[in-house]
Amino acid sequence: MSKRLFALLSLLVVASMLLAACAQQPAATTEAPEVTPEMTEAPVTTPEMTEAPPAAFECTDAIGCVDIAPGDPIHIAWALVVAGPNSSLGIDSRNGAEIAIDDVGGEILGHPIQWDGQDTGCNAETGQAAGTALAADPTIVAVIGTSCSSEARVALPLLSDAGFAVVSPSNTAPDLTEPGSENNYVPAYARTAHNDNLQGTVAAEFIYNELGATKLATIHDGSIYADQLRQVVERRFAELGGTVVAQEAVSLGQTDMSANLSAIAAAGPEVIYFPIFMPEGAFIIRQAKQTPGLENVMLVGADGLFSPEVIEGAGEDVEGFLISSPALAGDTYTDFLARYEAKFGTGPISIFHAHAYDAFMIVKNAIEKVAVQDADGTLHIPRQALRDAIAATTNYAGLIGSLTCNETLELSGTVVKNPGDCGASGVGVWQYHFGDFEIFVNPEVFFAPGE
Amino acid sequence: MLRYWRQRIDFTDILVWGIGLSIGLVVVVGTIATLQSGKYSLATWLDLTVKGLALGGVYALIAMGYTLVYGILRMINFAHSEVFMSGPFTAVFLANALNRSGFLNRHPVISLLLITLLSMAVSMTIAILLERIAYRPLRGAPRLVPLITAIGASFFLQYTFRGLYGSGFEAYPIPKVLQGSITLGQVRIFNTQIVVILGALLMMFGLYAIVQWTKMGKAMRAVSEDKEVAALMGVNVDRTIALTFALGGASAGAAGILYALLFPVVNFFMGFFPGLKAFTAAVLGGIGNVAGAFIGAVIIGMIESVGPNLFFDGLGIPTPAQMKDAIAFAILVFILIFRPTGILGERIAQAKA
Repeated sequence: MSKRLFALLSLLVVASMLLAACAQQPAATTEAPEVTPEMTEAPVTTPEMTEAPPAAFECTDAIGCVDIAPGDPIHIAWALVVAGPNSSLGIDSRNGAEIAIDDVGGEILGHPIQWDGQDTGCNAETGQAAGTALAADPTIVAVIGTSCSSEARVALPLLSDAGFAVVSPSNTAPDLTEPGSENNYVPAYARTAHNDNLQGTVAAEFIYNELGATKLATIHDGSIYADQLRQVVERRFAELGGTVVAQEAVSLGQTDMSANLSAIAAAGPEVIYFPIFMPEGAFIIRQAKQTPGLENVMLVGADGLFSPEVIEGAGEDVEGFLISSPALAGDTYTDFLARYEAKFGTGPISIFHAHAYDAFMIVKNAIEKVAVQDADGTLHIPRQALRDAIAATTNYAGLIGSLTCNETLELSGTVVKNPGDCGASGVGVWQYHFGDFEIFVNPEVFFAPGE
Repeated sequence: MLRYWRQRIDFTDILVWGIGLSIGLVVVVGTIATLQSGKYSLATWLDLTVKGLALGGVYALIAMGYTLVYGILRMINFAHSEVFMSGPFTAVFLANALNRSGFLNRHPVISLLLITLLSMAVSMTIAILLERIAYRPLRGAPRLVPLITAIGASFFLQYTFRGLYGSGFEAYPIPKVLQGSITLGQVRIFNTQIVVILGALLMMFGLYAIVQWTKMGKAMRAVSEDKEVAALMGVNVDRTIALTFALGGASAGAAGILYALLFPVVNFFMGFFPGLKAFTAAVLGGIGNVAGAFIGAVIIGMIESVGPNLFFDGLGIPTPAQMKDAIAFAILVFILIFRPTGILGERIAQAKA
């Protein structure tokens, strides 16, 4: 008899687990970040959402509408890397967006802004977890994210299927906006950062023309960002007449780079270009100086290595280290920098804060353009119309320049801007010195292309 | 004759030998091809060899923890990689404080000693706590249970340290004294590498001395031979086991500082791969055998350093460095196929009989 009872109990337990899993997900997301202003954390209502029968407003949108009752918040989420060795990238972007929230008074069209999100870890696994968590919340209107292109590749399908509009402040991999690419989710997706076709072209021309090198070695870390960027650099470098003498790859988490560096040393390059992240970048900087044959080779990284952790990790060997990154001049947004310092107690810790500010403003402008308020005060935001409005942004005067999201531009025979790339900042080269991190001082602008 | 062989060998044996032989073939052919192509200079090989020795020294100290605990408890302490991580990850704060005040560069020897002592103390404490809380209650349980507990303890410790110290990484300051190098003919040896190799040798000798020539060591050897009889002989088994864990922990803490001298960036996940490699080294040398752990560790260190370029470059495989771990484990498989008890393993097994 007890065996039967046990079997029945197990069946009930399993059934309850299944029911719990398939039930409506509660609309909560995770930890509130430490450095946020006191946002009005209004409890998120669930019932009258996308499937609700319309009152006076008929939702004819292809995807659906977000219905926000009077006084309820507009939920904008972030999906950025705020933990781990590359946290300065995401924290900096989030700070930029929070200054934008302050500038609009914490509300859009009379509704307070609900601002929370998920850490994406700058890798595919955590990015997928973050994407899944956000996609389960139907109250989200738009997402500011992701930070790294490797996260975007896995999170975008999830966020796009959920109907959100996604604007990234720092994704740069070319195939995220390349027409015909399987990773292209425009117009659900847009970004204010530059396209790496631009960064790669500028970096290659810098290495060939300014540094005068003819032999280049590259190192990537298998991520979509690093791999595609170094391909662009190699292609352009070869077009200019240089030779790529060695191509190496490291794994995430690898600490001992001696095998890679010995192989590179045997090929005798003049410059090593490694568009990777921390902490692998710091190990390469240190160990390159210790590898016989590479003592005088110039090391050039990319915008993944724009953070105070590079100086900490590489120690004195960081002196003279160059990185290609967005070329922002301090004087164009001095006021913003002052407010950043006042609000967060430190200068910016990465280079995409202004991009995040502009990303938020683009979303806000698009919401204001397409939202419909009906007779009883409920705000309706049609999702597809919101995406189209973001994609149609033209000549918006942002912090980083004049943003247009639907044009195609070429440079030196390569398409460097596709629809979906809103960005306006050019790409330059910065140089590190051994000392405290202070943007525009250390690293300082080493080369700004005349644009 | 054929029937005799057919009775003793079956398909699995042939498959396994085939795998072993193919690994051996890859190694030999690759090595010959690389050396013939002459792509790398002697200076590069010597440099890689020195790096391999330094790394091997670090792995040897970590492997001590695995092998001592296996010898005494017949269980693999998978949480040892976190014992290894806890020491340097805690000591980095002391190191940074000493660096900020300038003490690190004024008195480098004393600073390094202080940092090492702190690291050893923290690792020892974590190891003893681990033994007391996670393993002692399971002393009589079937073998699988402490194994699973060890894995669980490993995750627990990893994320506890992540919660305590954050998920980012911390950088170790290297004192100016250790930032140079000396040149012996063609090879440039860095001061940090010298310190690591000498430190590892010193610690290994100290551990060997403790295990062979002290009463505590005798008790450890007795308990590892036969726990019940040792208890009958008046050995306090509980205390001996705790001391074994403490010794393994201290050695891992010291290994942590040496590792930090070579790769001065620490983070809560840093113990995973070195721990895995050290465990491999302990198995390679014969698990339960102290000298075996040392030999296995040096072999693993050398293969990791020299292997990718030596074996794979000649075969035309691009970016062999990504295969570094694969090479180390493939060599483990190779040795275990032809000598399952490890290089020095048989001695222990015979002594037990």
